[in-house]
Parts: sequence; structure tokens; C-alpha cells
Amino acid sequence: MATAVAPQQGGLFARPTAKTGWWSWMTTVDHKKIGILYGVTAFFFFIVGGVEALLIRSQLATPNGEVLSPAVYNQLFTMHGLTMIFFVVIPMGTALMNFLLPLMIGARDVAFPRLNAFSYWVFLSAGLFMYSAFLLGGAPDGGWFGYAPLSLDPVTDGMTYYSLGLQIAGIASLAGAINFIVTIINMRAPGMTLMRMPVFVWMTLITSFLLLFAVPVIGVALWELMFDRLFGANFFDPAAGADPLLWQHLFWLFGHPEVYIMILPAMGIVSEVLPAFSRKPLFGYPAIVFSGAAIAFMGWGVWAHHMFAAGLGPVANSAFALSTMFIAVPTGVKIFNWIGTIWGGSVRLTTPFLFSAGFVSMFIIGGLSGVTHSIVPHDAQQTDTYYVVGHLHYVLFGGSIFGLFSGIYYWWPKVFGRLLSEKIGKFHFLLMLVGFNLTFMPFHILGLLGMPRRQYYFPANRGFEVWNLLASIGAFTIAVSILVFLYNVAVSRKKGEAAGADPWDARTLEWMTTSPPPEHNFDAIPVVRHRDDFWYRKYITTPEGESARVFAGGAASDEEQHSSEAASDEPPSSSAEGASDREPNTAGAAPPESSSEERPHAGASAEEQGHGIHLPSPSYFPLLTAAGMPVIGYGFIYSPILLAAGAVMLLVGAFGWVLEPPAEEA
Amino acid sequence: MAAFALSACSTDTPQSVLQPQGEFARKADALWDITFAIAIAVFVVVQGLLLYAIFRYRHKPGREAAQFHGNTRLEIAMTIIPALILLGLAIPTVATVFDLAAEPTGADVIHISVEGRQFWWRYDYTDLDIVTANELHIPTGQPIDLSIEGYDVNHSFWVPRLGGTQDVVPGRTSRLTLEADDPGTYLGQCKEFCGLSHSNMNLRVIAHDPGDFEQWVSDQQEPAAAPSDSLAAEGAELFVNGAADAQFAGGPSCASCHAIEGLDGAVGIIGPNLTHFAARNTFAGAIFQNNESNLRAWLANPPERKPGSQMPNLQLTTGQIDALVAYLQTLE
Amino acid sequence: MSAAHPPAEHPHTSTGLDNAKLAMWAFLGSECLFFGSFISTYLLYRNVTGDGPTSADLYDIPYTSISSFVLLMSSLTMVLALSSVQNGDRRAMRIWLMATAFLGLTFIGGQVFEFTTFVEEGLTLSTSAFGSSFFVLTGFHGAHVTIGILMLLGLTVMSSFGRLGPDDSRPVEVVGLYWHFVDIVWIVIFTVIYLIPSG
Repeated sequence: MATAVAPQQGGLFARPTAKTGWWSWMTTVDHKKIGILYGVTAFFFFIVGGVEALLIRSQLATPNGEVLSPAVYNQLFTMHGLTMIFFVVIPMGTALMNFLLPLMIGARDVAFPRLNAFSYWVFLSAGLFMYSAFLLGGAPDGGWFGYAPLSLDPVTDGMTYYSLGLQIAGIASLAGAINFIVTIINMRAPGMTLMRMPVFVWMTLITSFLLLFAVPVIGVALWELMFDRLFGANFFDPAAGADPLLWQHLFWLFGHPEVYIMILPAMGIVSEVLPAFSRKPLFGYPAIVFSGAAIAFMGWGVWAHHMFAAGLGPVANSAFALSTMFIAVPTGVKIFNWIGTIWGGSVRLTTPFLFSAGFVSMFIIGGLSGVTHSIVPHDAQQTDTYYVVGHLHYVLFGGSIFGLFSGIYYWWPKVFGRLLSEKIGKFHFLLMLVGFNLTFMPFHILGLLGMPRRQYYFPANRGFEVWNLLASIGAFTIAVSILVFLYNVAVSRKKGEAAGADPWDARTLEWMTTSPPPEHNFDAIPVVRHRDDFWYRKYITTPEGESARVFAGGAASDEEQHSSEAASDEPPSSSAEGASDREPNTAGAAPPESSSEERPHAGASAEEQGHGIHLPSPSYFPLLTAAGMPVIGYGFIYSPILLAAGAVMLLVGAFGWVLEPPAEEA
Repeated sequence: MAAFALSACSTDTPQSVLQPQGEFARKADALWDITFAIAIAVFVVVQGLLLYAIFRYRHKPGREAAQFHGNTRLEIAMTIIPALILLGLAIPTVATVFDLAAEPTGADVIHISVEGRQFWWRYDYTDLDIVTANELHIPTGQPIDLSIEGYDVNHSFWVPRLGGTQDVVPGRTSRLTLEADDPGTYLGQCKEFCGLSHSNMNLRVIAHDPGDFEQWVSDQQEPAAAPSDSLAAEGAELFVNGAADAQFAGGPSCASCHAIEGLDGAVGIIGPNLTHFAARNTFAGAIFQNNESNLRAWLANPPERKPGSQMPNLQLTTGQIDALVAYLQTLE
Repeated sequence: MSAAHPPAEHPHTSTGLDNAKLAMWAFLGSECLFFGSFISTYLLYRNVTGDGPTSADLYDIPYTSISSFVLLMSSLTMVLALSSVQNGDRRAMRIWLMATAFLGLTFIGGQVFEFTTFVEEGLTLSTSAFGSSFFVLTGFHGAHVTIGILMLLGLTVMSSFGRLGPDDSRPVEVVGLYWHFVDIVWIVIFTVIYLIPSG
């Protein structure tokens, strides 16, 4: 890598070269660092969104609560939803996708590393921009779904921040989606056909296509809202003859694919974790892949199930009832295949496994309550009540969040080189499972008892009291479980067991390289012969249908099968916790020989190799270009001068970026 | 689950959808019963398989994982069986959707135009020349044809025990058929988030035996009587003319927004019609019991009692409140 | 550009497709949904004219046909620019790029004139739902053309820095894809808005 500090040819400013320290993080284009940035930021927003939830549950712990005024309450529940969806679940998924995708497909980075950095900085600025509204007259308060015409209310600028902030977040997602699509289609290691890709990679691909097509639709809705609010347009004003249902249609055309965007990555994680800890392949890999694609495709045809009470008529309502029911079929396929993965295995109940099993369990409940929503006449009773709030939290928390925690525990050692404590992790899981169910199961009951949602208080004498109190206790229990997790992180930083390359004896390519990986990911790009290629470098299947370790020292080369070397009868029997002591994993720093691609130098850094591996250089321009966006946003609200300034930042950043070469020659 | 079942039987749950007392709610509940039963069965089986698999196949020394990749026949079965179950649910669902969407016909159908506003409900009995608010009186045992509309923001009309939600979408009119089995009071709420006092936009449906309903109709069709009491008469005067020039210190006179049949000059249409205000059990979006102390507190400062209320703080003096309350209480 | 290899004319990819071109195709896919949503909005509101003028009152089909022709010609010059650079004629490429930008600017100028005329005749963004939909749809299209012109400018700047040639023609191709797409969107808009009578 370039270490000179002299200005480089072709760029407008001197190319940054820092490898450590703050500035290296701000100019990094390394997917691994960007993944960590995404993860830390998303977790920060998780805490913020969680605090919002705790405030809500404090207000609703008792009838006629007086903790919060309705104006504040409306901002809190709006921001809670926006935060959890756009600044937690999606970016946390993106964090894992970012870190893992190139590793899982045997690449050195994503297709467009600077675009990747840009996506992160745009996401961060969207979150900060949205939250700055609290200090600048009031945060968005029209609900995360922002129905018009209420969203046109000019009392505060909150919903203007909503319209602009989500646009900015959308740009981040769109850029990320394009990047991942090109990376997956074009940068797979030799031999990695599409049907040999890990399911997590498939789900990343499918999610990216969903984002690609859904984000523009909400973008249009938000532009129209912004024009109504700031420039007197008439897209949603009923006084001008506009139809408020236009907002609902555009919003939900985005909104329904959006929920699949939030769940598919977590399903991908579960599809990696369950096989790893059951020590057998994913059951029905093609079905899992195709059902993921089917869910994504069918997800475009169900949006008006969010509008069953809007008055679309019996024909439309019936059509969407049918499409909603049948999307349960591919979802069911996945659940059965996950159970089939565990079945017959040798299951290690590690923390990542527990969270994935928890995902499946909670998703069964959330999926079933979703099916009950498709029963249109009864949905008329369920919609806009706490029953829906119960459903959505079972799939998004019991589903996505549990899945993400499974991924966090599973890949933590790969990212940071140390394992998180299993004991503390299991306690976190149990506390969170209990707290989660205590919070959200009562919501179904509250809904059926007739408590509507988005209410800043509930009256006494409706039978709502005990369930609300239980839910509030549950919410605080969840909060404690998050503290347990943070404690785990703190304690494991120094005292966590060193992970080695493959602490879990896992199946996919990221476990072939060191923990954490070197900047160039792999010394030699592997040639892939199988699905779960790494597993088959370690194990062969005996005629009896069992797996046998190929040899104790590492993986087979591509040319030979080392079956003669101690095809031991006993596969490693220790639990994953003792993994770092086991011989095979200490060889993880020496990946198998590859006959093609780069020159293998086990343990050698890219620099020491001299040539052969070119990595993209750090850059200012993604940060500069991204920073222009919130400035433009403020400019729309407050001042044309700011608008111009932001546009200038954007243009200068974009031009500089385009004219700068992707990598400086050493 | 036991607690849940118990609570479903309780009478302290006036908004429970599990205790239907009207046509729509009963038909929806019938579908729920099948669906919920199937869901529980599926839950028990699938959750059971999951937990069984985890415990039965947990690692023990010497356990080998069986290295199978799938089972095509099983997978096909697991795709077809759920599809068939869903098809079984789909048929009665679609049938019920069309059944409930059908407009009631017949000479005895009562047509009511329901308008949702921030934050109260206006009812116009189009054939009966009655305009009231928040408390919807209907006869039992016959379908009521509601037209649902609004002009400010989205709302949603919902009476859980009688069933059926219909959103208020400004610029559009939707239909809902309401029918109550028995006389009684059925509580409802606005379900679509509509602003600061979304939680304060309640409603009640009061069902009467047909004979009692006829009586109610004729009572409502009577204009308000002129007050005989002098304080009440003063209140009527203030109602129309305010303190001076049809104004109070904090806003316009009551008549600018409220109508009272029989009181000259009280023709406002922005707020609820108050002709028979004293006959109502609740007021202000059915959130306050209609008694003197609540009424006094309301008149003293409406936005403080109901955030976001369209009725401003008129800065009434105590004397003005005394008179107005006296008048309002004559409006049986 | 694939990060694993030095810059080369045909970097190795799993499918043989070029990364930047694939990215542009993906982006254009999302743009279809973007414009599709605005077009749908327009279709919903084309007759919601309130007290303001209607499309029949305002549209000047011959005029707009001419500016559409101008935009179509700019696609031709774009193709010629790409062909020039692929044949090694960098000077011709610059000329055709500038011609494309010029034609694009002419189109934009035509749009501006049309918009100001409509405003004078009583249609603004806030006149009616029709006004809002018309101006926002065509305005965003115009913004896309403008961004395209900026990209053409960028190509010209790149060329003066020594970039772009028969071995390095991909940026021209990628910008060309974008430009043609914007042109095709205009054909759809022109047909839907101007040619299909409303009412």
C-alpha cells in the first residue's frame, strides 16, 4: 500500500493514507471497517430506540398515564418506529453483509469500495439529521407511516425532517444495494456458482433487489410529501381534490417489501448458524433459496393488506387476502427446512444457536398472527390495535433482532478475534427471550380486548390494565438483557478467549482466514468445489453417511484428497468453546493452497508479497459527498444558501471521486 | 393462556372483539374461531417439532450428525399441506368479505352519514332530520347503513363488540353496515392515528329496542325548548351573542361553531350539534361523563382538557360558565 | 472496478459482465420504479384541475414534439461519441460529447420556456393536483437530464486529464446508458402526458 505522503496524481487533494486512528476510519474504504462502523452506529440507534420504547412503556404502564404529553408521545412513538426500522434493523443487517459478503464469496472487497463508504456516511447523516429535529422544533410526530393528510400538518417541521431524512436514508440503501448486487453477481471466487453460495449471500442478493425496486417508490412518496409541505403542491391535500390513499398505496408498495428487506438477512443468518451448530448441511438448500426469492417476488403483491379498512372494496380486499395467505407457504417451507436442519444433527447449544432457534420459534408465532391478519373480516377487528403491534414485534424483534444477535454472537470472533462469553451470552438470551415474550404476547391480548394503537394513554375500566403493566415490566426486562450484552462485550474485549480462524468448526469461506482477517481477506483466493466448501476441505462423508475429519492439520488441497490421513472416526467432540485449543483451527492462518489466482504466501501481508494484490486506497470523497446531503436537507427547510452549499459539497465530492483513481499504485 | 381465556369472559372488557354482540362482529368471530384453532394446532405441532429436535439431537459424546441434504417428498408435502390449509381458510374468508360488504336493502334500513373530525364524530340521520354527535343511537335487530366520510385527516370508525372498522379517508365515502343484537351501550374508538387527541376520539353506540328507538327519534326531532329559568336564559343569550359582538374574550361565540335547533342564530356546523346535549351520557368525543363538574372544567379551558381540541380557550368568566352550564343542562 | 485486480480493460468477473455497467443497469432498474411512481401519480391526477387550466388548455404538442426530437438526436450524438472513442478518435469523441450536452441543454431550455409559459397561463405547482403532478414529473426528468449534462462535462474533464480512449471507453459507455435511459423515459412521459388525451 502507498505509504508516501506526497500528493497523488489525478485526485483533487492529497490522497489520505492513514491506516490507524480516527482519520483512517473516516476515509476507509475497507468493507470490514465499514461493516464495523455500520454495526456500532446501528447498535447506538438501537439503544436510542430502546429508550424511546421504555418511555412509551412508562407512560402506558398504568391507565391515564401522565409521564408524557401527547405531543411528546407522538414524537416518541414515531421516532421509535423510524429508528428501529431505518437506523437499526436495516443497517445492522448491512453491517453483517458488509463485513461478511466478500469473505463468504472469496473476494477481497466489494465491487465499489468508495460507494460502500459513501453508503455508510449517508446513513449516519440521515440518522443524525432526523434526530436533530428534536432540537429544532420537534421531531417527526405523524407516525413512521406518515399518513397524509395528517402529515401535512404545519405546526412543527417534524414531518419535513421525516420526508427529507428518509430520502437520505434511502440513498444509502440504494447505493448499498447496487454495490452488493454487482459484488455477488461478478466477484465470486472461481468455482462458486450461484447454487454454491451461502444462503446469507443469497438473502443479501435478494434483499438488495428488493431495496433497489422499493426505495424509489417511497422516494417518490416522500418527494411528493416534501413538495406539499414546502412548496404548496397538492399531492395529498383533500381540499384540492387529492386522494390521501395515493400516499398509502405508494407507502405500502415500499412498506411491504421493506419488511422482507428486514427479515430475509436474518433468515440468511439463521440458515448459516443452524447448520454450523447442528454439524450437518442446511436441509433443502434449493428450497430455502427459491422460497426466499418467492417471498421477495410475492411480497410485491400483498401491499394493500395494510389497507383492508381503507375502503378499497371487497374485490381488492379478497385479492390481497389471497396473496397474503399464500405468501405464508414459502415462509413455512423455510421453517420446516430449519427444523429439518436440526433434525438428526449433533446440536451444540451455543449462544448463536440459541438465538437462531429463538428466531424460528418466535417467527412461528409472528407468522401465524400474520396469517390471522389475512382473514379480512377479522382483520377489521385487529387492524390498528395492539394485536398488530404484537404481530410486528414478533416478526421484527423475535425475528430480525434475534436473528441479528445470532449473527453478532456467531461472527463476533471473526470480526474481533475474541469470543464473547458463552455463559453471559446464554443469560442474555434467556433474559431477552423472557422479557420479549412478556412484553409482546400481552399485546395480542390487548388488541383482542379492543385497545387501539398509537394512543398516548389508555382509560381505566376497559380491562387493559394488567396486560399493559406486564408489557411494561417485560420492556424493562429486555433493557436489562441489553445491558447484559453490553457487559459481555466489555468483559470479552480483554478477557475473551482468542478465537483463531475457525472457533466453531464452521462451513463457509470466511472461517478459512484469520480472525480478524487481514486487510486483503485471503492470502490466496480459494477455488470452490462445493457448497459449504470449507467444510469439505475439513471433512469427507463416509459411506455410512457420517462426516469424518480429513486430517488434523487443516484443509485438503484442490488436487488431492487427504483421505488417507487419519480419517478419524470421531469428529471433534468438544464444544465450540474449547475450539481454540483444537489443532485444526490453529492452522486457520494457513489457508489451503490454491492453484490459480494470487500467489499464496501463508501469513504474508499484501505489502510483503510485493505485488499481486491491489487494494483500493482510502478516500475523502465519499465522506464529503455524503455530508452534502443533510446540508441540502437543512437548506430545503431553512435557507437557499445552505441548499446551494450542500449542492456544492455534493458536486465537488462527486467530481473529485470520479476523477480519483480507485487505488494508488504503490 | 388461561388468564387470557378468563379475561375473555369478563364483563370488564367492553371493547373486546371476542364477545361479539352484533352481526359483523359475530361473522368475523366465526372466522376467528376456525383460524385461531388452526393456528394453535400448527403452533403446537411446529413448535413441538422444533423443541423436540433441539433436545433429542443435542450433542452428546459419540453422537454423529446424519449428513442428509434434504428430502424432496417431505419438502413437497410441507409445501402442499399448508397451501391446502390456507385454501380452506380462504374460501369462507372471501365469502364473508362479500357478505359483509353488501349494502343492506329494504324500507326499514336507516341511513346515517358518519363524519369523523378531529376529534369527534358527527352523525346525520339523513332520512330523519336528526344531527347529533359522538353517541350513535340505533334500533336493535336491523341493519344500519353507515356512510363514512371526513374532511380533515384520516380517522377510523370502530365499535369492537358490534364489529367492522371503516377508515375515514377525506374525499372518499365508504360504507359500513352496523347491527346490534341487544339493547345496550357499546364503546368504540377512533383507530386511525389522527393527531394529538387521537386517544380522545371515542364514540358510543346506544342500541334501543325498536319502540324505545322511535321514542328517541321523536324526542330528537323536537327543537330545544326556550329556557324558563333566568340563569339558563342568560346562558342561551351568551351562547348566541357571546360577551359582545358574538365574541368571548378568547374566541367566537358558541353559535359560530355549534347548532341548536330552536335557538335562533345557533347554526354553526364546525362543532357538534348540541340540540339535545343534556340527553347525552358523555361529551367531547365521549371521553367525559356529562356532569356539571366535567362541563365546567371543559368550558374553562377545552385544549387543556383535550390537547389539540379545535375548541379554543374562550377565557370565560365564572359567571359566564354558570349561565352556559345552566342553559346546556336544559337541553334534554 | 474489481478491487482484486489492477485496472485493466477487461477485469475478470464471475460472469464476464463489467462491474460499472452492471451497476448502471441496476440503477436504471430502480429509476424505472422512480419514474413509474411519478407517472402513476400523474395518471391519477391528470384531470384534477380545480379552478386552474387543464392540459387541453395548455399543451402545445408541436412545440413539445420539436424538443422531444432534440432530445432524441442527443442520443444519436451520444452513440457517435462512444463509437468515436472506441475507434480511438478522442477529438471526435469530445465533439460528439459536447454536441450531446448542447442538445440536452437545448431540451432543458425548451422545458424552461414551456414551464414559464404555463405559469403565465395560470398553472403552477400549487394550482391543482394536476399542476403539482405535471411539474414534479417533468421537473424530475429535467433534473435527470441536467445531471446527465454534468456527467458529460465530467467525461470531458476526464478526457482532458488524459483518460478515455479505446482501452478506457467504459465511462463513456456507462454515461451513454444513463443518457439513453433518460431519453426513453422522456418518450414514455411525452406519450403519456402529451399525446394521450385526458378528460
